[in-house]
This record gives sequence, structure tokens and C-alpha cells, in this order.
Amino acid sequence: MSDAEPLLRVEDLRVEFPTEDGVVHAVDGITYEVHAGRTLGIVGESGSGKTVSSLTTLGLTRRQGARISGRILFEGQDLVALPEDRLRAVRGNDIAMIFQDPLSALHPLYRVGAQLIEAVRAHSDVSKAKARERAIELLGLVGIPDPARRVDEHPHEFSGGMRQRAMIAMALVNEPKLLIADEPTTALDVTVQAQILALLERLQRELGMAIVIITHDLGVVAEVADDIAVMYAGRIIETASAARVFADPEHPYTWGLLKSIPRLDGPREEDLVPIPGAPPSLIRRPTGCHFHPRCPYAQPDHARIDPALEAVADEPSHFVACLLESHTRRRLWSELGAGRTPAQALEAVGLPGTAA
Amino acid sequence: MIRYIIRRLLWGVVLLIVVAALMFILFRVLPTGNPALLRAGRDPQPKLVKEIEVVLGLSKPLTVQFWDYMKEIFFHFNFGYSYYSQESVKSLIAERLPATLSLTFGAAVLWVVGGLSVGIVSALRRHSLLDRTLMGGALLAISVPEFWLGLVFLFLFSSDIGKFKIFPGAGSYVPLTTDPWKWFTSLIMPWIVLAAGSAAFFARLMRSSLSETMEEDYIRTARAKGLPERQVVRQGVRSAINPMITLFGLEVGVLLGGAILVEAVFNIPGIGELFYKSIQTSDFPVTQGTVLLGSMFIILANIVVDVAYAYLDPRVRYS
Repeated sequence: MSDAEPLLRVEDLRVEFPTEDGVVHAVDGITYEVHAGRTLGIVGESGSGKTVSSLTTLGLTRRQGARISGRILFEGQDLVALPEDRLRAVRGNDIAMIFQDPLSALHPLYRVGAQLIEAVRAHSDVSKAKARERAIELLGLVGIPDPARRVDEHPHEFSGGMRQRAMIAMALVNEPKLLIADEPTTALDVTVQAQILALLERLQRELGMAIVIITHDLGVVAEVADDIAVMYAGRIIETASAARVFADPEHPYTWGLLKSIPRLDGPREEDLVPIPGAPPSLIRRPTGCHFHPRCPYAQPDHARIDPALEAVADEPSHFVACLLESHTRRRLWSELGAGRTPAQALEAVGLPGTAA
Repeated sequence: MIRYIIRRLLWGVVLLIVVAALMFILFRVLPTGNPALLRAGRDPQPKLVKEIEVVLGLSKPLTVQFWDYMKEIFFHFNFGYSYYSQESVKSLIAERLPATLSLTFGAAVLWVVGGLSVGIVSALRRHSLLDRTLMGGALLAISVPEFWLGLVFLFLFSSDIGKFKIFPGAGSYVPLTTDPWKWFTSLIMPWIVLAAGSAAFFARLMRSSLSETMEEDYIRTARAKGLPERQVVRQGVRSAINPMITLFGLEVGVLLGGAILVEAVFNIPGIGELFYKSIQTSDFPVTQGTVLLGSMFIILANIVVDVAYAYLDPRVRYS
């Protein structure tokens, strides 16, 4: 991270939803920065709070009765404290968002062009004809063939990849400084995924915007992200540059994520190692380290002590929230990197293990 | 699309033939009051009854009667003559159609506009006191029968017997062409009473339909674009209304049924009242004519609804 003033700085953001069953701690004190022109990948399983945190950036969790605390500084302005009408002027203008399923995210009854035109006219006082020109221009920019004709079609006449391109065009009509992409490729075919990611990279180069890309797919962030934040149970448990996270991950959960995706360059007989168990309830979270019930390397006192996100010894821009000793973590990761299972790694390192 | 409409219209005609045949079976074949007997006075002579039967055409074999009846309706558009007044059923209906159209069209407007707006307000203020009050009122309006509600309105608000003498009471209907203002005021209570049930039904459905669409991803997209909330709601309403259009077609029949009762309670000289009296006097040609007219309305309304649906939802295409 550079020393320059970040475009977006989220500070100790907490989002809670009071429900009949109890308070859902969806986002539990996260802090991160995004600099102009850079890409941050937020990675985590479903229910880890990654979507809620970005919806909150746009104020879209307010009307769901969320209790929000902390600060979201965008160009020095705190979006959490901003009144609704002023926040509306930021949404879709300075900060735009695209969503996972482009079919359900586009209104089925309106023409694609009309949906782009209203996005233009929500923020600038231009004629319909001018806005339409802009819509056609953007549809062309995102690679939709024959945009002057397709602008008058309905979303159901577009293919999945074309719909996501249209969503991206809609997000970009007002040249946002920050684009939040929430699982932008999850609902698409693999070949189309690659096209959409390449498109996002190209647009970022051309328009110079910052991107926050939210995904459960490490393959996606590997492709586009400069920095990565790994979220678990509403918290960021590890954050560093993308290169660092892939080469020297420090958190057992990150290891789990990396070990559970197949690699083309690894030995074919190497087994994938899934992370055991399911994500915890965000109403009654585990005590101590929230990951300890699923962590093969958890020690007895990890159920008691809540780890803080701290800088790694020799790398001040790499933060991790883990109670294991730094040298133990590195030895464990090198064992795992050599193809050992978590149980074998534990034995090699000489830790009393809980892995069965 | 044109071919679709033509096909639907042809099916509508088939349906009307079936309705006409069913009417014949219901009133002529199955045991009912003998119209000749009803007209032969007290202590009738069998000979007189026989003569009346000949005059009314009831002495011919049933198959011949059926053929005559169907032929007249579908080839000559002639519904026969009233047993009671000898007038042609067509002219009886034509005479009373304006009153019924006034009643049903006005009630339909009130039903749709009132039902949808209450539903929208409730959906946007879900679980508020206003929502609870409106939905409680809607439940009441669905539950009470029209004739009871009509009588309550008369006892409360009519200018003759009412507690608060606000609106003209029963029997005050005047045609639109005679006096538009009197026409309007005389129909206010009948409109409300007739529309209440359907409007309440629509309000409850619109509430749940809109509540659901406001949770859709594309509504989130609309907000993420920074659209003003009014525009966001408009997009939600646009989607939520579609299922209501189908229900409109179904509910038209309920409204026509209710019109019979409301015309009776408010003494409006319309088709419903004509139908009601024709049943009382076994005036079969009039019964048949009015029922066929009602069926035709319902069939037409449903065709219009289906065509409108294709127009309103670009994903629907008929072939």
C-alpha cells in the first residue's frame, strides 16, 4: 500500500442485523484501503460478510434495518454519516456496482438502453437523446456488437456474458472512480468469465478507476487483483499483496482455500484438501479465534483468545490474524507446499494436533 | 399475434355455444317451474296450460326446441321473447345495459385504482400502523357479502333512511344522458359497495406482489445506480402489476355476479335486476339472454387480458 491518500478507506466497519433469532454480526470490524487505479480482491465463503460490507459502502443495507458503525471514507468524506440524498448522488456516479447474476440484476421489463439511459440521467441533466448516445457508446466500449441495434433489446434477448457486459456498461456510464464488482463472473461459463475479467482489466487501464472485486474464487483474484483481503465470519483474517498471498500465505484458512482448488501445474495425483465443516453462524459465533472449530492446527487456548490482525514480522504490509507462532506457520505452510496433508504437517512440525 | 387473437375469439364462440347449451339443459331439460303453469292464473285448467305451452313453444319436442333456440341465437342473434312481457329479450337488455355498464365500469375503475393504491401504500410501509389498518379493513371488505354491505351503506348514508343523509338512496338512479350529476351521485354508494370486495382482494395481492418485487436484484441495481426512490418504486410497481392483470380477468366474473346483488339492493334498473326477476318468474329467454351476455363479457375480458399481458411483458410471445 502506498502512502498517498487512499480513494476508499474503510475503518473498523461493523454491520449488524437485528433479527428474531438474535443479532447477525455480518461485518465485524473490518479495515481496508483501496487506492486509485488499483484492484482489491475480497475473498471468502458465502456468509463471510464480503457482500454486506460492499453494499454498506453504497448505503444499500440501511433500509434493511442494519446497525452500522465505523467509517467509510471516500475521498475523505464519511459515507456512513452521509444523509440518504447525498449518498444517492454518490451511488452510480462516483462509486458503481455490478452484481453476480446479470439476468436478475437487470429489470426484465425495460429495454437495456432505457436502463442505461436512466443511469445517465440520474446524475447528469442531459437530454434523452444525449443519454442514449452515451448508452450506445458504452455498450460498444464493453464489446457488445452492433450496439445501436441492441440498445433497444430487452435483457432476455442477451446471452449471459452480454448481460454482464451490459451491467458493466451501465455501471460505467458516469465514469465512476470506484467499481465494486460482486462475484461478477460466478454465474457465467468459464470461457465467458475470462472475457469479462479481461474486459474489467482493459476498462480499468483505459478509465483509471479503482476496483473492489468480491469473490469466493481465488482464480479470479489471482487474475486481476493487486491486493487481497481474505474474510472469514465477518472479519478480515489476512491481507497482503496478491503475490504475497499466493506465495507465502500465513493463515490456515487461506491455506485451506489455496489447497482446495486444483492446479494444472501440480502433480495430478495430489489430493485436494477441503476445509472441514461449514462456515459458523454469525449470530452465535465461536469463542476465541472464529476459525478454531475448523482449524486443523488449533491449540486449546485458541478457543479462548481472540486474535488481532497484526503485521507479519518482516513484511509490514502483510497482516494476519492467527494465534500460531510465526515460525510455526511458515514451517506448516512449507510442509503443505510439499504436498503433505494437514495431519502430516502437524506431526512434522511437532504440534499437538486436533486434526483427525 | 393477429392469428392468436383470431384463434382466441373463435374459441370464445365455441365456449358461448357450450354455455348456451348448458343453459338450455339447466332450464328446460332438468325439472324446473313450468312457465305455462305460472302464467295460467290461480287454479289453472289443464286445457289453458296446454294452450299457453303451445303459444310459448313448449309443446314441441325438446330436440326441436333446442335447435330453434340455438339457431335463433347464433344465426339471427335473436334471444327470443320474454314469456312475461312478450318484449324481445334483445331490446329488454339494450334498455337496461347503460345502467349496468355505468355500475360495473365505475366499480371496476374504483376496484383497480383503489385496490392497487392501497396495496402499494401497504407494501411500502409494511408492518406500520397504516399497513395494519388498511389490511384489516381489506380483510373485512373481502369477508362481508355485497347485499349486507349495501344495506349497511343505505342505513348509514342514504338521504332517505340513512343516519347521515349524504348520498341519494335506493331507487335514485337516473341515466347519464338525463342528468350527469344525479347519475354520478346516485352511483357513488353502489360503486363503493360493488368494488369493495374485489378492491380488497387486489390490495392484499398487490401488497404481497410488490413486497416481493422490492426484494428483487434489479431493484437493488436501480438503487445502486442512484435512482431517486420514487423511480425505484415505479420500477417495482411495473413488475408487481403484471400478475394482477391475469387476476383482473378472473375477477371480472365475480364483479358481474356482485352487480346482480347490488342492483337488487339499490334498485338500479340494470341487467342484474332483469336477470334476478327473470329467475323469479321462470322467464327463461330473459335468463338465457342475460347469462349469455355476462359470459360474453367474461370471455372478452380474458382475451383482452391475455393480449395486454403479451404487450406488457416482452418475454411473453404467443404464436
